[in-house]
Parts: sequence; C-alpha cells; structure tokens
Amino acid sequence: MHGTAREGGRVTTLSRARQAAVVEELRAKLAAHPRTATAMGRPAPTLPVASAFTDLFPDKGLRKGASYAIRGTTGSTALTFALMAEVSRSGTWCGVVGMPGFGAEAASELGVDLSRVVLVPTPGRHWLTVSATLIDVLDLVVVRPPTRPTDTEIARLAARMRERGSILLVHGTDWPGCELRLEVTSSTWHGLGDGHGHLTARQVTVEATGRATDGVRRTTRLWLPGPDGSITPVDAGSESVDEHVETVGVGPEVIHPRRRPLVDLSAHRWERAG
Amino acid sequence: MNAVRTIVVWVPDWPVIAAARDAGHSPETALAVVDRGRVFACSHAARQHGVRRGLRVREAQARCPELVTMTYDPAVDAREFEPVVTAIESLAPGVEIIRPGRCALAAKGPSRYYGDRFGEILRTHLAEAGFTAIIGIADGPFAAEQAARLAEQRGLSELAFPPGESANCLAPLPIDAIDRPELVDLLRRLGIRTLGAFAALPARQVLARFGTDGLTAHRLASGRDSRPLASRRPPPELAKEIAFEPPVERVDQVAFAIKDTAEQMVAGLAERELVCTCLRVEVETERDAPRSRQWRHPRWFSAADVVDRVRWQLQGSNAPATPEGGRHLTSGVVRIRLVPDEVAPTGTYQDGLWGDQAPDERIHRTFTRIQSLIGHEAVTSVVLSGGRAPAERMTFVPWGDELTPARPTRQPWPGHLPPPAPTTVLAVPEPVQVLGASGYQVEVSERGIVSEECRVLVWGGGAGDATAGNSADHVVGRTAIGARPTQTTQRTEIVGWAGPWPVDERWWEPGPVPPGREHELAGVSSSAGDFGSRQGSAHEPGHSSRQEPGSSQRPGQGPEQSSAHRPVHAFRSRPRCARFQVACADGRAFVLRYESPNQSGFGNGSWWIEACYD
Repeated sequence: MHGTAREGGRVTTLSRARQAAVVEELRAKLAAHPRTATAMGRPAPTLPVASAFTDLFPDKGLRKGASYAIRGTTGSTALTFALMAEVSRSGTWCGVVGMPGFGAEAASELGVDLSRVVLVPTPGRHWLTVSATLIDVLDLVVVRPPTRPTDTEIARLAARMRERGSILLVHGTDWPGCELRLEVTSSTWHGLGDGHGHLTARQVTVEATGRATDGVRRTTRLWLPGPDGSITPVDAGSESVDEHVETVGVGPEVIHPRRRPLVDLSAHRWERAG
Repeated sequence: MNAVRTIVVWVPDWPVIAAARDAGHSPETALAVVDRGRVFACSHAARQHGVRRGLRVREAQARCPELVTMTYDPAVDAREFEPVVTAIESLAPGVEIIRPGRCALAAKGPSRYYGDRFGEILRTHLAEAGFTAIIGIADGPFAAEQAARLAEQRGLSELAFPPGESANCLAPLPIDAIDRPELVDLLRRLGIRTLGAFAALPARQVLARFGTDGLTAHRLASGRDSRPLASRRPPPELAKEIAFEPPVERVDQVAFAIKDTAEQMVAGLAERELVCTCLRVEVETERDAPRSRQWRHPRWFSAADVVDRVRWQLQGSNAPATPEGGRHLTSGVVRIRLVPDEVAPTGTYQDGLWGDQAPDERIHRTFTRIQSLIGHEAVTSVVLSGGRAPAERMTFVPWGDELTPARPTRQPWPGHLPPPAPTTVLAVPEPVQVLGASGYQVEVSERGIVSEECRVLVWGGGAGDATAGNSADHVVGRTAIGARPTQTTQRTEIVGWAGPWPVDERWWEPGPVPPGREHELAGVSSSAGDFGSRQGSAHEPGHSSRQEPGSSQRPGQGPEQSSAHRPVHAFRSRPRCARFQVACADGRAFVLRYESPNQSGFGNGSWWIEACYD
C-alpha cells in the first residue's frame, strides 16, 4: 500500500505535510467503506409498524436489535399493543413480561394476534432472566420492569439483542440506550357524556425523541383507537369530532357538557345489562 | 356350532363405583352419576332413598338431599375397570370386556384348572382387590349375562345355568333382555313377552319379518349364542411407578428420584415407537388421598419434561417453601405413578403437522425452560373468552395446555362493555371513592338511580374505608385521610361518566367475599336483602338528586329504616353491583364497579377500579 506510515516493518518519520496527507487519505478510505448499514444508504432491517406510526420512526419500522421506551401516564399500554400488532400479525412471536393486567381483548382489538403472544405476567425477581431468555428466541419482547436493572445488565441485554436482532419494547419507564423514547403526552377520550354514552375513541399525541431522531422531537396525533377501532393519524381537516360525539378530556377541543339536568335513564340501563 | 360355556363377571352399578373411586368417595354414601341432567346410575344407599335411573337430578336430590352427584365420564368408567380386568387376567387369560363393569371369559380352561370352585376363587380374588362381583355361567355370553342378572335379582352372588339347559333357563325371562328397544316394543305389541315365546317362533319367519338383527336376537333368545369371545390381548404396561421407602418429604428429592423412572417410561414407549402426548401423574402421599393430574404437551414428553411436570404438581400442592429454597411437602410422598394417557406413533409428530401454527421447537423449549424456572402457571397463552366483566373476557392458559376459553365466546353476553376494551385489567380491583359535587360519595340505589353526578375520583387514603360500611358521611377533607396520613391521596376531576350498568349475575350463588367485608357477610343471614324491594320516594325516577350536603338522603337510610319488617331473603349474600365508565381530566379512563352497601342497607357502597384504559 502506498502512503502508509509503516514500511518494511520500520516506522518512518514523516514530515508534517505528509502526515496530513496520510490522514486525509485514511479519512477518504473510511468514508468509502462505511460500517453502519444506515450510513451506507441501505435501510436497517426492521419489523413493520402500523402505517400511522411511520412518521415517528425514522427507519419506518422497529429496528432489529434496538430497544424502545414507551411512557406516558395514559395511552402507553394501548400504544404498546398497537406497536405489537403489526409484528404479531406478520407471524412473529411476541413475548410480554411483567404485565399481569394484560388486556387481551384490547390487544386483540388493536390488531395483536393472540395466538402469537406468550405472557409471563408475574416473573418476580426473575424478570431480567426471563426477558433475556425470551430475547434469545423471540423477535419482539415487551417488558415492564418491576425494578431498575443495573447498567451492566442493560448493556449485556443490549448486546444480546444486537446479536439476535430482536426488539425490546420497555413499557412504563425510561430505558438507557434506547433507540427511541415514545411518550404519550396527551390523551382525549370521546363518546362519554355526563351519565350517558360510552367510550368510543381516543385521540393521543405521541412524541418521539432519541438517538434515532438525532434528538429532534417528532410529534404525531393519532386516533388510538378511532371510532371504528382502527389506528389512524388525526388529519388537520378532521381535527374536530363529529357533531354527535361529545368530547371530554384534555386538549384544545374539550367541551364540558354539564349544563344538562340529570335524567334518569335507569329503565334503559336495566335493559342493557340484560 | 354349539355355544361356548362362558363365565360373565358383572360388577353392578359400575358407573357409580368407577366415579366414586375416581373422585375418592366412599361407595357407601348416596351417590349418583348424572348424564345430561338425568341419573345414569346410583349407589345402593341412594336407591334406598328412592333414587332411580332416569330420574331428573332435581327430583333425585329432593328424594335424597345428601345425594352426591357426579358427571358421567365414559373415560373414567373404562379406565377404572382396568384393575378388574387385570385381576381376572391374573387368574385366567382371554377376557372380553363387554362394556365397563361387565366382562366375559371362556369357562373351559379355568374350570379345568381350578375345578368347580373357580367362581368362588374369582370372587374372593376380586374382593381382595376391592370389588364385589356377581358371576353368571351359561352357554354363550348372552345367557351367562342373563344368569348374572338373575343372580343379582335373587340376591345370589353366583348362578350357573346347567350345560345345555340355557334355552330352558332363558325361556321365562322377559323379552327386554335382548336389549333392542325397538324390537322389544314391537314384539310386545305382538304379544310376545318372554324370551321363550320369541324363541318358539320359526327362525325362517323371524328372518323374513325382522331381518338379520332380528334373527341374531332370536338366536340369543333360543340359547344358541355361538359368538366367539373377542378376548383381548393384555396391553403392554406403559405406566411406570416408583415407591419411596421411607416417604420423601422434599420436592427436589422426589424430582431427582423420579428422573430414572421417567427415562424408563419414555424409553419403554420409544421401544414401541410411541411418544406420549398426554401424561397423568398420580401422587400418593402418606396422609392424603392419591392425587392425579393430567398434563398435556404441545409436542411430546421427554424424560426431562416428565420430571418438570412431577415437580410442578408437587409444588402446586400448597407446599410451603423452606428458608433454604427447597420445598417441604405437607406429607411424605409414598408412591408416584406415571401413566401415559395418550400416546401416538413417533412418526405422527413430525415437524409441520400443525402447519404454521406449530411453535418452533426452539421457542417451545425456551418457554418450557422459563416454566421450569418460575413454575408451570407462570408462562401463559391467552385466548378471548365470553363474559361481562373485563376480567372474564379472557382466559389465561398455562403454556402447553389446551387453549379453551373458560366461557363460550359465541353467546351474546348482553351487558358487557362495548368496544374499545380496557387495556389493563386489574387482577385485584383497586378501591377508590367517587364523589359528587356535594362532596359525598356517589351511591346507586336498588333501582339503578345515581344519587348525584360523578365529579371527583379519589385514590388511596380513606377510599378503602368506604367498604367498612360506616355510616359517617364521607365529606371531602373529612374522609379517613386524616386517620392514615401515611397514604397519599390522589384526586382527579371526572369530566365524563356513563352508567350505571347494573350487574345482576349469578345472584343465587354466594358471592366471593371482598377483602375486608367478611365480618359484614357473617351477619348477612339475619338481615334483609332488600334488592328489588320498594323504595321510598327519594329515588323515584325524575327526582332531582342534587341535594344539599346537610339534607342528603343517603340510600340505605330514611326509607330503609323499616327494613327489619320486610321478608328476609337470607340467601342473598352477593352484593348488588353496577359498572361505570369514567374519563378523568388528565385523560385517563376507567371501568369502575359500584358495590351496594351491606345487606342491612346501612352505610355506603364501595367503588372499585376494575380496569383502565391506559
């Protein structure tokens, strides 16, 4: 090779100008052989997410070998299910660790294929072992850590995930070294009045920050779920809800329909309860 | 061809005996085996109380209130008969099982070997094994069976029709004995009431009128039962057992000791090119009755899987953990039996049998590993189920077991919550308080009327006290928060609510006692269950429930004071419930359950979070 600093096993002393030239040359070589897949322009291997989420994910999907933290006082469980949905529907097995209150019906409504889900609801102090074991064989593992693991444990888990190419969704807490932090910052339920109606749809605002977005905050508003049960982005045009749906909750479009006197609806309520 | 001299061994009331042995009841008690709502068989004690076959269960229970009913299970019936057959086979080979409870064997060999006393020897042998048998001997299995029946009717334990005399002996028996209801019905209407009368008909004309089946019946009736016995070949013994002497008291010791036996069982199956897909583990301990449990496997059992199942079964039997991590059993294990309940040829279980549904071997092994780490129930699959409460609408099944919903999904389940379903369903409902604008807890009357609008949701603090049924007013700031300063109270404004959706399920069953209410329910029997009884005008429809805090008419007070004069419905121990959906100002939404106050009607009802929409 020409221009190297080592020739014939003997380190030659180079002039300052020549040193600069060598460094320049090496830089050019490095640029020509990028090591990361993204730097090479090739898309990183991912697992699919619902189309409504593609704005949030720079890779247009869940990147294999990465972890994602999902937080928020409300809406985070639904968001987790929604992210699982597309993956499980594509025939991949999902593991859920440490969620004893797993709402299977809601998961199924959001599109999760329950026949492809295995749960470890109360792993107790073994949760890290269980997660690590599941990561070895499953492509997607959802975990709600009951305790905070040490940094060493997290690093070891991350190494295992990279090697295996599996994805970890950490629910309810922050996770060091995660690819993306998803947070439900606002949530507005529709369909519930003062003593009448029932919950029909919810609008959420999801924020994504993290390594994958280079620290830029990406925000999207979603129906989670929409009036028809699907997950769709809230269009600017249809921001206001249909006339007949009453709105409650936080957000700019809150209506407090509380002026009405209380009407006794017991007769038809009895009917409904069968 | 002459009929073969046959011995029929009959154990009367077999379904009852089998079910009693399986369930561990004494056969002396009044037992009935029930099939599709009717008594299928009953024990002697039950019969003395007037319980008969074919009776409706309710009537049978009316005749004999202490009657223990068990569901008829043909598998149990057949399985429990196995020891009887084995006991007979140890004396004489070539046994045909006519049906569970009844078997036949050729008399020629054994009667030569044992002499005339064979029947007696057989009965003593069976009695040692714990069975009371009746023996009938005649030419041909049919006649021998009738001999056994006749013996039972006459109170004998053995009856033999003399050789060659079977036709004569059968002749006076009623025509029902041929066990063909349609033919019997027809023959009766033709005036033929005994086997003898039927046998007297010319065979040719019986064939012309009643066909081949009629001819077969005719041959049976005339004592020419030439059917050869379909004697069974004793099946290879696939089950293995291990006995512990002295009894072992630690789970890990048992697990270690069983390893060899498990390997022998799997190897024994492998020799016959079989694999076990369903295993029954029977554990016999020093003190308790033998316990057995069936374990299914999505693929087949390896020796290590068998060991795991044994361990889980022992751990499941409420064994307390010792400080050093091992587990002591409540009583020492004496014997463990591994019975392969279902086997399949090795070749059947090739990969891809289940198509894409089959979990790949590696995944399955991982789940099994986690199961052996934290227990069988710890790894679950989930399947949607029918039901009204959010928690009822799904069934968690341990990994490897059959995925069957606890309640049928196809039924409409009126009254269940409309979609979307809650994303988190609390296993244990969390106590809360729901306050109205007046600051009092919101109550629901028997007629499903809400006392006022739901405004504030309060967690922690005094929320639990609402269940204690104290009649003190829970005014904001005066709830028991002060009494328990350590607990933080969290208040959220309710911005939307719907309900009540009353729940009145299975009110006839005693309800599960919610934590902290045991003392109330103890007094239930003497108090009036006023659900559905007329209320005062305070909660009539249209009545405004906005009241001043001072004059607030609490449900359960005022008009309720006279409840002592009402008829007592002591059976009603399940509290009246109603569900609500509420949305909070912070964007959270919940499914709440309201439970009525205790039966006397005093005090406040309680509120619980059943599920969250988070």
